[in-house]
Amino acid sequence: MSLWSYTYEAIINRRNRPVANCRSPLHLSLSLWLVGGLAAAAVLLPILYLLVRAAGADQGTWALIFQPATLSTLGRTLSLALTVSLASAIIALPLAWLTTRTDLPFGKLWFILGTLPLVIPSYVGAYLMVASLGPRGMLSQLLNSLLGISHLPAIYGFTGAAYVLTLLSYPYTLLSLRAALLGMDPALEEAARSLGQNRWRTFWRITLPQLRPALAMGSLLIILYVLRDFGAVSIMRYNTFTRVIYLQYSAAFDRASAAALSLVLVSLTVSLLIIEQWLRGRARFHASAASARRTPPRITLGTWRWPALFFCAGVVTMGLLIPAAVLVHWLVRGLQAGERLLPVWESTGNSLSASLLAAAATLVVGIPVAYLGVRHPGRASRALESLTHTAYALPGIVIALALVFFTTNFALPLYQTLPVLVLAYTILFLSQATSSQRTALLQVPPGIEEAARSLGRTPRQVLTSITLPLIRPGLLTGFGLVFLTAMKELPATLILSPLGFKTLAVQVWSAVSEAFFAQAAFPALILIVASSIPMAVLVIQEHR
Amino acid sequence: MKTSQRSLTLMAIVASLLLTACTSTASSQAQPQLTIYSGRSESLVGPIIMQFEAASGIKVAVRWGSTAELAATLLEEGDRSPADIFFAQDPGGLGAVANLLAYLPEEILQQVPQGFRDSQGRWVGISGRARVVVYNTDQLTAQDLPADIWDFTAPTWKSRLGWAPTNASFQTMVSAMRASWGEAKTRQWLEGIQANLPVVYDNNTAIVAAVAAGEVQAGFVNHYYLYRFLQEEGDDFTARNYFQPGGGPGSLVMVSGAGILETSQNREAALKFLDFLLSPVAQQYFTTQTYEYPVVEGVVAPRELPGLDTLHQITIDVADLADMQGSVSLLRETGILP
Repeated sequence: MSLWSYTYEAIINRRNRPVANCRSPLHLSLSLWLVGGLAAAAVLLPILYLLVRAAGADQGTWALIFQPATLSTLGRTLSLALTVSLASAIIALPLAWLTTRTDLPFGKLWFILGTLPLVIPSYVGAYLMVASLGPRGMLSQLLNSLLGISHLPAIYGFTGAAYVLTLLSYPYTLLSLRAALLGMDPALEEAARSLGQNRWRTFWRITLPQLRPALAMGSLLIILYVLRDFGAVSIMRYNTFTRVIYLQYSAAFDRASAAALSLVLVSLTVSLLIIEQWLRGRARFHASAASARRTPPRITLGTWRWPALFFCAGVVTMGLLIPAAVLVHWLVRGLQAGERLLPVWESTGNSLSASLLAAAATLVVGIPVAYLGVRHPGRASRALESLTHTAYALPGIVIALALVFFTTNFALPLYQTLPVLVLAYTILFLSQATSSQRTALLQVPPGIEEAARSLGRTPRQVLTSITLPLIRPGLLTGFGLVFLTAMKELPATLILSPLGFKTLAVQVWSAVSEAFFAQAAFPALILIVASSIPMAVLVIQEHR
Repeated sequence: MKTSQRSLTLMAIVASLLLTACTSTASSQAQPQLTIYSGRSESLVGPIIMQFEAASGIKVAVRWGSTAELAATLLEEGDRSPADIFFAQDPGGLGAVANLLAYLPEEILQQVPQGFRDSQGRWVGISGRARVVVYNTDQLTAQDLPADIWDFTAPTWKSRLGWAPTNASFQTMVSAMRASWGEAKTRQWLEGIQANLPVVYDNNTAIVAAVAAGEVQAGFVNHYYLYRFLQEEGDDFTARNYFQPGGGPGSLVMVSGAGILETSQNREAALKFLDFLLSPVAQQYFTTQTYEYPVVEGVVAPRELPGLDTLHQITIDVADLADMQGSVSLLRETGILP
């Protein structure tokens, strides 16, 4: 009985003990805050830029904003974001659990395949969905010739946008859940099982509550992703706030209105973050005492393996195989018609190097932000965290133009160089790295760090030899997320990359938008394959 | 400790790999002579730019993007732009940055008829595209289609049309309507079409695909997208163009164009580039490879296309076409754009 209450207390302990706060000597704290401050300065750039530009907005702009239509656009955007994050959780939770905790055949392969939809640019993804599942798309033609079904339900609007965005963004939740499942102390589950709880109840009462921060993180990233998405909502014809912002640039060439509208998006994000932080409360998610880190025993699925395999295959089919099939179809058709393909090897190298650099940069910059947020909770660290998320919710073009503004005015020699492109990626995607790191840090009992300190290790040694190795799954997840999303990034790449620096995503976009389908298909397939290799390396690294 | 050593080695390997990647890309594009911001995609104009490089010996570096994004970038860069040339998909994009463009010499401007260049001489048209109605050949024949775009406001067209009001070419057509019909009639047309519940698409490509798929029976597009599909999907593709014989704004011919940035340090090379784009070789390329209309005399339009002279085109001052603000506000007031 006492063991039971101990585990329970470990999970839902709502007393917050200020942790090791006063014990961090000044110099480590200082350097953490220094890097954190630099990160804050970087993510503040877009907001400063928006303020500068919005100051030039005229009466008409403000009239445009303060009208009922703005509220309904906000409502539409939010309902899409919430739907997508919920649907993603429903897909990702079983997928993550099956691929980490059970003897599902080819578990790792399913996981890697399951993360890959994240590299498909949403514009292209949506286009592929329309080509495959749209009215008279490939599926409809197939059904028509086989079964005589000539009419499929329309896939545009809310349903279509939600469908596409879910399939493209559920990997956020999948990746964060996997990290949480790997970092979780299995002792709690074993205790519950030994106390006579069945597997099902253990999952609901012990495992799931511990996954709450990971679920929250994945959902938050997805909500912010939907807020900033432009491609999928355009193709699916669903007017979200970002689409309205883009129209200011594309139709009216009006940067002031676009900036003013973006500030509305910023305030929406900030309100969402305040709600999130309030919901987050003060729960703790680590065991009260240290225990040996080990892999929990795999659950034998038995005959359940068949429905489990069916589920995984279904998700991978919808998210990856159908789009890939359309691409292969385009490619074969184009080659038969004698289409000329553009070379892709240089863009592959560019995509990989820029994305890996971005992932490494966010990894390093993210650690202080996450560490301060978890170990030194307070107004400053909370603000820092919110700022990183806010930058992530802004449309890519805003970040790109902000950096055009600042580099051309204050650092002209750096303009359109690789470092500035990587800086843009860092601003855009820092949020993904910090939230994965944060989720992992929450699982580390501060007691271990305190013990190491009391045994004479310096704070820096504690950080590098205790904390960082313990949050390894979170570090890898953050790295993977940033890598995959940087691979598909478009607006910042188009504007800020060095001249002649073409990436795969840019090649795909440019060909699809002009209906050069075969030319789009080849780099798109390479994009998927090239991304899968580093993801496979990451998954293999997990268990070292 | 062992782990940290391993990750250190790993990081060193990654870092050196990246370094080589960066330096190799940096060295491969040393000192470009001419920098082009191209709102037209590489698939369309990449080959002709390479031909220019080969013919002139001038090295060219291109930033590919969408016309609107590049226009916003140019506006943001102001007088510090590294660009020499802005090659835009539509007059609206050029109009937005007109203040940053240099006045072109007469020998360039004179090559192009008046309707296809900036009236103040800051940019020239490079290739022409016609507005057409694309229709599904299973459901309609050309005889079913009205001669004038105005007649699509008839209730018989309810739920049968597709359009792309966010698309720059469409908005340019609205500008043409305002110039030739006036604000009131244009508003009536927009409201009339709106009442017919047209399906909204993101761009021309999507409309052509949707028309061929039978999602809608007809749509308002630029003429050359169809030929891309015919090339990819073959002649049994179920959509064709209808060039409206009515001669209204529905048969507008407009241009893609290019101008030289006032801040360009490579004016000589830039002028050579524009001259090349207007040369018979380049103009022939546009007609045969991208199925567009030539903007200079003496180049034959491709056989698949009805000749420019048969198009019943209307003449509208290019300055009116480049003014997008008015058209966008009208589209907003009618609730067509958010």
